[in-house]
Amino acid sequence: MSESVQFNIQVGNDLTWNVAPLLHEVKHALKKLIDDGKTSIIDLRSIPLAPGEEDTILQTLGQGEVHARLDALGPSEIIETQYSGVWLITHYNADDEIISRFIEVTNMPDILNSQKEDVAEAYGRLAATLENPELQNN
Amino acid sequence: MTDRSSDKEKTLGDALRSQGVSRRSFLKFCAATASMMAISPAMIPKIAEALEKARKPSVIWLSFQECTGCTESLTRAHATTIENLIFDSISLDYHHTLQAAAGHAAEEAREVAMKENHGEYLLVVDGSIPMGDPGYSTIAGISNYDMLMEAAEGAAAIISVGTCATYGGLPMAKPNPTGAVSVGDLIKDKPIINVPGCPPIPVVITGVLTHFLTFGAIPELDHIGRPMVFYGQSIHDRCYRRPFYDKGLFAETFDDEGAQKGWCLYKLGCKGPTTYNACATTKWNNGTSFPIEAGHPCIGCSEPRFWDGGGFYKALSMPTQDIGKTAVYTAAGAVAAGVAIGGLNKLTKSGAAAAHDKTTIDDLEKE
Repeated sequence: MSESVQFNIQVGNDLTWNVAPLLHEVKHALKKLIDDGKTSIIDLRSIPLAPGEEDTILQTLGQGEVHARLDALGPSEIIETQYSGVWLITHYNADDEIISRFIEVTNMPDILNSQKEDVAEAYGRLAATLENPELQNN
Repeated sequence: MTDRSSDKEKTLGDALRSQGVSRRSFLKFCAATASMMAISPAMIPKIAEALEKARKPSVIWLSFQECTGCTESLTRAHATTIENLIFDSISLDYHHTLQAAAGHAAEEAREVAMKENHGEYLLVVDGSIPMGDPGYSTIAGISNYDMLMEAAEGAAAIISVGTCATYGGLPMAKPNPTGAVSVGDLIKDKPIINVPGCPPIPVVITGVLTHFLTFGAIPELDHIGRPMVFYGQSIHDRCYRRPFYDKGLFAETFDDEGAQKGWCLYKLGCKGPTTYNACATTKWNNGTSFPIEAGHPCIGCSEPRFWDGGGFYKALSMPTQDIGKTAVYTAAGAVAAGVAIGGLNKLTKSGAAAAHDKTTIDDLEKE
């Protein structure tokens, strides 16, 4: 990712107070995953957050064992936080600007799975490749 | 703009696959779309399913009395690939700023698109229409009024983009020398989606187009024709500085302690409480910030007549931090908080309507 621009914005200590409720929501989502196997997604753009508050959330969740990168219409970062089952998914456009950011509480974010349509297309493509006479002679 | 008929037969899913866009990329696009349309992430699979089957609609874009800021805004809607996907999902058959064709060829493209897609195309309009003297704004010798009425006749729906097309905008500002009117003032028999803003947020413009593509219908609108999904909440209600308003902490000037600490800009004329738009959540410049975050009050550019509102730096009316005391004046004897808040809202509305004169705490206390 490109280096983020640092703004000299002065803010007070009292901000939106949305950080703690959001982290509690993540905790409840994790309990739901454990008890019922139900997954949850939280769109970080849908919640008013003051400058710096999103960073507080990300710092609290931290980084765990998995850090994957997709190249699909621009990069995407899929990070398992230090809390197993809590994933942070950040989609960027081709200019490395964030277009959406989600917290997903699941065993495996769906976007990491190979997609059925892509697998079908891959089968056709591999089969066509193997029909190449040059390959058949090897 | 070539081979429109074969292009139209393809679904969006087919078109994307033929361009080598993977399902994973498509899901990412749908996730970004859900986020920008403020739709629950749980809807992402449904958006994917609907967009997969969508067919490319023909879009005719007419620009009248405008500054091209709306088109500038649209062409900055996300960058490169995502934006391309949105443009790939429509057939933009006429847009005199963006299209390569000029002169007779351009006008022919519009006429052909109108004929071939009669009753089905989307008409997008930016700019107001001069009704005083049509000579103020013409295209290819055709008055804006004539071109609008001709194009509107065969449109499935009309999207008015920007405050000029939706409510008259700056051309309508007193003394309105061109006799500017909005699209809605002239057309009463077609569904019109108003997407105001000066300019509108880029992804709100594309979001409305994507909503039409996804659901095949116009989105739910508010009482002045704006999509609820983007204009359903006030800037004030979604503002990260709202807690300061509730605590009565205000910046009094642009360089005092309150301004430096990021307190509420209400007393500096912020129109956030009476302005409905998505700036506070969607933000600008690909989600970087929005005017209030940069330290400037909201000027209310998505509201009708914001241009003649009496001054961008005049406070709307009495702040509500002292709600108990204020409620006594407005809802005499009312005990229930709900009634008190209702009374206060009435006071705020009437205060704002009264020529937006600044009402100070002192003025109210005299009553």
